[in-house]
Amino acid sequence: MLLVFVLAPLVLILGYSFFQRGRFGGVVFNFSFDNFARLIDPLYVNVIMTSVGMGLVVTILALALGYPTALAIVRLSPKWRTIALVAVLLPFWTNFLVRTYAWILLLNNAGWINQALQGMGVIHEPLTMLYTPQAVAIGLLYMYLPLMILPLYSSLASQDAQLVEAATNLGASPWRVFRTVTFPMSIPGVLTGCVFVFVPAMSNFVIPELLGGGKTVLIGNLIRDQFLKARDWPFGAALALVLTLLLIALLVAQQRASKRLTDGPEERKVSSRA
Amino acid sequence: MTIPAVTPVTPVTRSAAPLLDIQGVNHSYGSVAALKDISLSIADNEFFALLGPSGCGKTTLLRSIAGFETPTHGAILLDGVDLTTLPAHKRPVNMMFQSYALFPHMSVEKNVAYGLESEGVPRAESRRRVGEILEIVGLTDMAQRRPAKLSGGQRQRVALARAIVKRPRLLLLDEPLSALDRKVRAEMQLELKRMQHEVGMTFVVVTHDQEEAMSMADRIAVLNQGRVEQLDTPLGLYSRPATRFVASFIGSANLFDGRATTDGIDVPGLGTFAVPSELPSGSSATLVVRPEDVVLVGPSEATMSGIVVDTFFLGGSSTVSIEVPGQEHPINCTVHAANVASYGDRVGLKFDLPRCVVVANPGG
Ligand SMILES: Nc1ncnc2c1ncn2[C@@H]1O[C@H](COP(=O)(O)OP(=O)(O)OP(=O)(O)O)[C@@H](O)[C@H]1O
Ligand SMILES: [Mg+2]
Repeated sequence: MLLVFVLAPLVLILGYSFFQRGRFGGVVFNFSFDNFARLIDPLYVNVIMTSVGMGLVVTILALALGYPTALAIVRLSPKWRTIALVAVLLPFWTNFLVRTYAWILLLNNAGWINQALQGMGVIHEPLTMLYTPQAVAIGLLYMYLPLMILPLYSSLASQDAQLVEAATNLGASPWRVFRTVTFPMSIPGVLTGCVFVFVPAMSNFVIPELLGGGKTVLIGNLIRDQFLKARDWPFGAALALVLTLLLIALLVAQQRASKRLTDGPEERKVSSRA
Repeated sequence: MTIPAVTPVTPVTRSAAPLLDIQGVNHSYGSVAALKDISLSIADNEFFALLGPSGCGKTTLLRSIAGFETPTHGAILLDGVDLTTLPAHKRPVNMMFQSYALFPHMSVEKNVAYGLESEGVPRAESRRRVGEILEIVGLTDMAQRRPAKLSGGQRQRVALARAIVKRPRLLLLDEPLSALDRKVRAEMQLELKRMQHEVGMTFVVVTHDQEEAMSMADRIAVLNQGRVEQLDTPLGLYSRPATRFVASFIGSANLFDGRATTDGIDVPGLGTFAVPSELPSGSSATLVVRPEDVVLVGPSEATMSGIVVDTFFLGGSSTVSIEVPGQEHPINCTVHAANVASYGDRVGLKFDLPRCVVVANPGG
């Protein structure tokens, strides 16, 4: 059942992506690779590059903020851990639009941040913060940070505490323990978190519109426009397919990296030693 | 297997002052008291064993010395310096964990080299020392493997190598040989003793295996429910057990519960035995008779007699079980000839009283 729900849309997308747009929208069932050829049009390449760039920036920021947070949560007592995890998840339970509008209230020219800064005399002219790529990055970061923290938390929480003790006992300073044991052991969690943030961040289309004023076009906006505005479903499907494949490729890479961690590099044929 | 020579880093000296001094250490996990007023001192270059039933606090004691548990009371001094002032990573103490705690993302070689690298030992020297120790534990061929691809016994040897390679002043080993087969275990026992002599390390070894403790240790502390029951040499523990627990835990023993008298013990149904003890007259006491101190004689030559109900042939000797009327358990007796007695025979029994011991019987 689950499989049907997951696979049916994928099959539809796969099918559509090889057909063509009718004159007034709709789909002409005419097999071709044209949709994929269009992807290398400079216009679209540009959007894809912007999306990847935005995805990377947001992912790196999320990792930089999320890792210390997850580490801190793991070191709390069980009671405080639960409270902290609920706090991390809280934004997910409030309405997405409400949260995004809250950012607009904070960031706009007459917004709270500008008011506060002007009130303190730090600045005289309001800073332009809303409708910039930075605003988009902040909005995406805020939205997807929990998706970074949770896998990191679960990876760090499942680490055997005795490994840290063993390293400490062998004379490693806390920093060396982190560098050589805690962090390497958490790499699968890091990769999962990065994939979970990178892919949705580059395909989100609401935040670029609301916080970026439509000036920052991401691949998500492009896909949405193909379906809803240009009514070019097949091209939209091709874009979506590329995104899905990217997600799958990243997840596979993540899996393999995690497996390598405990199994070591692929074993070469053992040569018998004399 | 050729054994590379281990060069001593510190001259072997037996100083009078103890290397490790544990003074009145208590530890609780929440409401569970795991250590109750433990006091013992361990001399430099001593091979010290902690022996006791599961859950008696052996691991907790080692973890307190290594700095992973903070005692609720008491002090732990190493060379006269209070260890609690040192963070765990600065203590000159290495510990082998009961669960091994190998780094899963590192090869065997990297695991073993970890402590040397933390210490900043030059790479060439580190490689040489890791190579030597892997040779000793017989894992040279596995150097590049990850722990996940090793057997349980191999993992245990990696953990042992990782703790030993730093040649610390004090080495804490938590069940170091429990997963090894007989032959490898015997080899490792010899290696540990050899390293103790050549390198001059002090060992504190936890073991379940009393034979291992008896054969290797200079002194043994028997722990029970968080307390030291007795601290003595292997021979002392065996021949002069201080408590009923030690008598039953170490080796096999025939225990006869009775009452202390002014010059011995009175065992209901067996009679009075002239085995002196410090116990107040009339208190509950137990007579401890090792099987080899039971002498078989003709039925008419002794006051005690019984029927042979079992014989176990053990190679060089046999154990004969004799049912004596009025006694709950059969009395075990070690004899050195194969056919002294057989099933159903009536035999007389004598105890070699100068070798027997009377201890208090807290439950009686
Ligand atoms: N982290 C912990 N939290 C609570 N209780 C603990 C903890 N670790 C140990 N204990 C308890 O403390 C007591 C002593 O445990 P310890 O691990 O020192 O025993 P041990 O002598 O090493 O036993 P074994 O021979 O089975 O390894 C036990 O009753 C155990 O249940
Ligand atoms: Mg233990």
